[in-house]
Amino acid sequence: MTDWLGPAEWTALWLSLKVAFWATLASLPFGFAAAYALARGNFFGRQALNVLVHLPLVMPPVVTGYLLLLGFGRSGPLGELFENLFGIIFAFRWTGAALAAAIMGFPLMVRAIRLSLEAIDAGVEEAAATLGASNWRILRTITLPLAWPGILAGAILGFAKGMGEFGATITFVSNIPGETQTLALSIDTLLEIPGGEPLALRLALVSIAIAAVALVTSEVLAQRVSKRRAS
Amino acid sequence: MLKVSVAKSFEGFSLDVDFEVPSGVTAIFGPSGSGKTSIIRAVAGLLACDRAEVSLDGDVLSGLPPQKRNMGYVFQDARLFPHMTVHKNLRYGGSHDEDAVIAVLGLGALLERHPASLSGGEKQRVALGRALMSAPKVLLLDEPLSALDGPRKAEVLPYLEALRDQTSIPILYVSHDMGEVARMASRILVIDQGKVALAGDVQDVLADPAAVPFVGLSAAGAILTGRVVGLADDGLSKIETGAGALWVPGAVGRTGSHVRVRIPAQDVILSRSAPKDMSALNVLSVTIAALEYGKGPGVAVALQAGDARLLARVTKRSCEGMKLKQGDEVFAILKATAIAPSDVS
Repeated sequence: MTDWLGPAEWTALWLSLKVAFWATLASLPFGFAAAYALARGNFFGRQALNVLVHLPLVMPPVVTGYLLLLGFGRSGPLGELFENLFGIIFAFRWTGAALAAAIMGFPLMVRAIRLSLEAIDAGVEEAAATLGASNWRILRTITLPLAWPGILAGAILGFAKGMGEFGATITFVSNIPGETQTLALSIDTLLEIPGGEPLALRLALVSIAIAAVALVTSEVLAQRVSKRRAS
Repeated sequence: MLKVSVAKSFEGFSLDVDFEVPSGVTAIFGPSGSGKTSIIRAVAGLLACDRAEVSLDGDVLSGLPPQKRNMGYVFQDARLFPHMTVHKNLRYGGSHDEDAVIAVLGLGALLERHPASLSGGEKQRVALGRALMSAPKVLLLDEPLSALDGPRKAEVLPYLEALRDQTSIPILYVSHDMGEVARMASRILVIDQGKVALAGDVQDVLADPAAVPFVGLSAAGAILTGRVVGLADDGLSKIETGAGALWVPGAVGRTGSHVRVRIPAQDVILSRSAPKDMSALNVLSVTIAALEYGKGPGVAVALQAGDARLLARVTKRSCEGMKLKQGDEVFAILKATAIAPSDVS
């Protein structure tokens, strides 16, 4: 079984899983906050937030990668900030790949969570408020449990997107084996070298399988949301 | 004592009301779109207003979020938490008087069920219990029965009445159904286009001919209070009221118990002479206290019957033909079957 892929490919697969996992975990709170603001908020700049969240979906990924390089590179203002405050370096590290994956998966994640929040009757939260529940308790006991399938669906979509991210990643953190060479980058490399095609095909099958499982799971969860709405 | 002063401008409509609510049930009555629900949403702190002064026994509640107002709110559409059992729903706001609330509202058999499997009437009972168990200082009921059909309404009403009789907190009861108001409330605020058109004791307001245009022609009618004397073999109950004895259909209550009977104004017939050879059972000797001519073909006639008051609606034509005027002594005829069991409580 381990012969099916070479050691470099296994490394790429594990790296992809690590990158996508941390990208999803770190962006989930922000994704929920953005979805909540878009679903419930009535504030100035709501439309601007909406555009900002969805921009990575339509912008050329190479542009997103370039902007990340400008902002989060070692001499970029945000890059310096993170290095000084948390000791996190993004440039040419796997953490940078995770950041790129998080940004690119963000629109999908926010969309799924937002739909599940919009499916919740806001009147139910109002009822909880009249019963004395604080906003935090309402979020914890009413909103989150009711939006849970959508949050999970959003996380899975974000994860799947992170597994396959290419353009922004290669622009931002380059293609370094063992550090930033994820699944998609590895396929690209294999296609460049003579005789690499069979391995590339196997990796392609792996990524198709991951994407398909993710889509089916998120679809099932989305159905649970709409079912709950009907009850 | 709950004091409320609320103002808010809507598009093409403005709400501006000032009123006080003592303990017991105060009905907020008015047609749809008159601003009733906006008023209690403002009282609960759920509606931002231009002016929303609310105080309870001197404590100013305005400015507090809904969470801090300690008001139980029952919504028209129940709004139970779909992911929790009935028991968890009930306990969400506290477990004040839990056993008593569950017993009074008949919720014992429902505790482990989820809201999706409850009937409309059961949902509304759970919503009521949930509000009560949070130990509210005021209870706000926003058309709690209007989403229910006739039989379901009849199922929930006795629970509401039991609740009213067992609690001493002020209850605001929003409704557009005069039958419900007459059964539930002791005081009434009639809202018309965002203003308080009439306010006072339910019996006084409903016996006032000037109230007819606001209350609505079919909803107008005075309330008689009386004592059940007994149930006859033919299925009629005799009630001794201040206006005289009244026969009404069905068993309306235990002998000796006190009941209210709503007499719809349009079901009262007036006669100059004592009628004989006719089917109507209830003939009361009354004095005309006032005549109120409306814009249409009808006249609202206020009647004094002993120490009770009645309201009749007759046409201008019969009024002129009979030469009815204030102070005349006439006979009021009420058909027993016009008094529906739901009008007696």
